[in-house]
Amino acid sequence: MEGIIGYGAYIPRNRIKVEEIAKVWGADAPSYKRGLMLEEKSVPSPDQDTITMSVEAAKYALKRALIDPLEIGAVYVGSESHPYAVKPSGTVLAEALGATPEVHTADFEFACKAGTEGMYVALSLVKAGEIKYGLAVGADTSQGAPGDALEYSAAAGAAAFIFGRENLIAKAVESYSYMTDTPDFWRREYQYYPQHGGRFTGDPSYFKHIIGAAKGIMNKAGMKPSDFNYVIFHQPNGKFPFRVGKMLGFEKRQIEPGWLVNKLGNTYSGSSPMGLTATLDISEPGEKILIVSYGSGAGSDAFVFEVTKRIDEARDLAPRTRDLLDNNKNYLEYGVYAKFRQKIRKAD
Amino acid sequence: MTTPSRYWREIPQRYRLEANKCKNCEITFFPPRLICPQCKNRELEPIKLAETGKILTYTVIRVPPHQFVDQAPYAVGIIELDDGVKITAQVVDCDFEDLKIGQRVRIEFRKIFQEGESGILCYGYKFVPE
Repeated sequence: MEGIIGYGAYIPRNRIKVEEIAKVWGADAPSYKRGLMLEEKSVPSPDQDTITMSVEAAKYALKRALIDPLEIGAVYVGSESHPYAVKPSGTVLAEALGATPEVHTADFEFACKAGTEGMYVALSLVKAGEIKYGLAVGADTSQGAPGDALEYSAAAGAAAFIFGRENLIAKAVESYSYMTDTPDFWRREYQYYPQHGGRFTGDPSYFKHIIGAAKGIMNKAGMKPSDFNYVIFHQPNGKFPFRVGKMLGFEKRQIEPGWLVNKLGNTYSGSSPMGLTATLDISEPGEKILIVSYGSGAGSDAFVFEVTKRIDEARDLAPRTRDLLDNNKNYLEYGVYAKFRQKIRKAD
Repeated sequence: MTTPSRYWREIPQRYRLEANKCKNCEITFFPPRLICPQCKNRELEPIKLAETGKILTYTVIRVPPHQFVDQAPYAVGIIELDDGVKITAQVVDCDFEDLKIGQRVRIEFRKIFQEGESGILCYGYKFVPE
């Protein structure tokens, strides 16, 4: 049986509150907080990017996996904010971990779904017997245009998973994907900020694909919502995961352990994978987890995991995701945030 | 200006803290050396340095070199790693008033600087409070 043998998350310490952003743009903070169910979001420091966060999350995953990095046969980084336009993030990650040179490396990009894409491929290669271990990371330092609704949610974080065949933390019971061509969110080449279709990002996009993937995988696995202890849906804001959960027949208590978005923001490719790390942190042997990602453009990947006894040994070999979220925070004013996110035009 | 070839040569020490040790007199070198300056021995074995240590001393840089302007002010410390090797690096994710000599720190992978708007991105180690 194949599954997760190690996992880890990383969150930068900087935060900005919804009120601080709303103050600058003359927006009504309480209505944003209520409407999006967001309080604050993480912000990367100028020396942090998708690569640095991927390295730290992957190092935590290695601590839990207890394997030699040289045995990792595939290193995948999923992100829509790879630091280079041309040059892989995965080579830096593989080199920093000491996994080179006998390793297959690729960068994935599919809006917020790139992390689970890497997971899907790494897990499939392990299943096929092509590699002993596969590492997949979902990470982003996403940008929303100043004053746009996305600016209140676009955040930074990473989650890493190592897949293997022995010493599993969670068995991969089933996987499934659901895709269509849906132009709900995009960024053209050389454009700094993405554009989105407003309300079009809801019904025909997020809800259609998550419901399609969730129903598809439950049908394939012969399971129903009440069979799961936990469920993680992509978290572009606080409201959508609860709404789609209700539409599918899940209860709030199944969603809450992996629901980080109110204090974290939307970490794009890291979003649902980070929710999975927080869920694994508190799960018990035998419990079943459903995760459904969503990436604009558009599609969803879904996985069913069953937690094993090894979770009790592995859980505290690296920091828990909620501890990373709640501790050592540094609140920024909008000016410093704008500087950190390179929103200020400077002289050459 | 860091050339890509120089950056590339330093990847093992900057990414993974790889050092080496003279098999004869057991001195550790970081960055690694080809010949031991003590006994001229050419047999040096690769080792990996500890990723945790303590601050021996530090200062706060407010007028930085041009590559670091956007990061100022920032702290730079001499860190004694748990294997006794002393290295110089930035200490980040910490308020300056909380920095203390003897404070425990650990390595984090960070972007050190970038070569302008079109050059390479240079990654390496910094320290954060443990």
